[in-house]
Amino acid sequence: MFGTALLGMLGLAIMLGFVRLARGPSLPDRAVALDFIASLVVGFTGVFAVVVDAPVFLDLGLVLALVGFLGTVAFARYIEKGGPPWYKS
Amino acid sequence: MVQILSFSLLAAGVALMLIAAVGVVRFPDLFMRIHCSAKSPSLGVGLIMLGAALYFDDITVSSKAAVIVMFIMVTSPVGAHVLARAAYFAGVPLWRETLSDELRDHYDLKTHELGRPGATPARRPRPPQPDL
Repeated sequence: MFGTALLGMLGLAIMLGFVRLARGPSLPDRAVALDFIASLVVGFTGVFAVVVDAPVFLDLGLVLALVGFLGTVAFARYIEKGGPPWYKS
Repeated sequence: MVQILSFSLLAAGVALMLIAAVGVVRFPDLFMRIHCSAKSPSLGVGLIMLGAALYFDDITVSSKAAVIVMFIMVTSPVGAHVLARAAYFAGVPLWRETLSDELRDHYDLKTHELGRPGATPARRPRPPQPDL
């Protein structure tokens, strides 16, 4: 019960991250929001593993942390090299 | 008893993440948002993984949680730095009440290298005033 409330709070945090993803005035703002959401989802898998009492979900968190970091670095390199053709800083 | 401790660790981590989410929505400037989107969730993940390791009380789960925490603690600052650097070169405006931008005359905006102060002319335009 308490664990479900924790999952709901994390879901609210992820929704606030999506608010920033939708509102962010520039492309790097959206990249920051995606990085933030990725780290929130890693925490979500930890809480979820405790709530459903299945430790295999921690493997999922490890993979998500790895993929999130690679995505952040790739996105940042892309922005630094100029970004999409329609993007004027 | 251990369960109460583990759930309070989980609650502390979740509360940190929720506070960070409020900061990400409400802070006025990309660099301030990076400040709160990089630090608090990595501490939150650390607390959550500690809580999960206490809850399961198993050496394989604990080592997995330790690996996740080490990985997050290493990669989160690197990702934040790379993002902030890219955003600075992309010319993301600072907040209009920012007092100092110490990188302003130091970066060569063509080669993306850090030079001596005053070695390269300031090619970065005065940031426009965003309405927030």
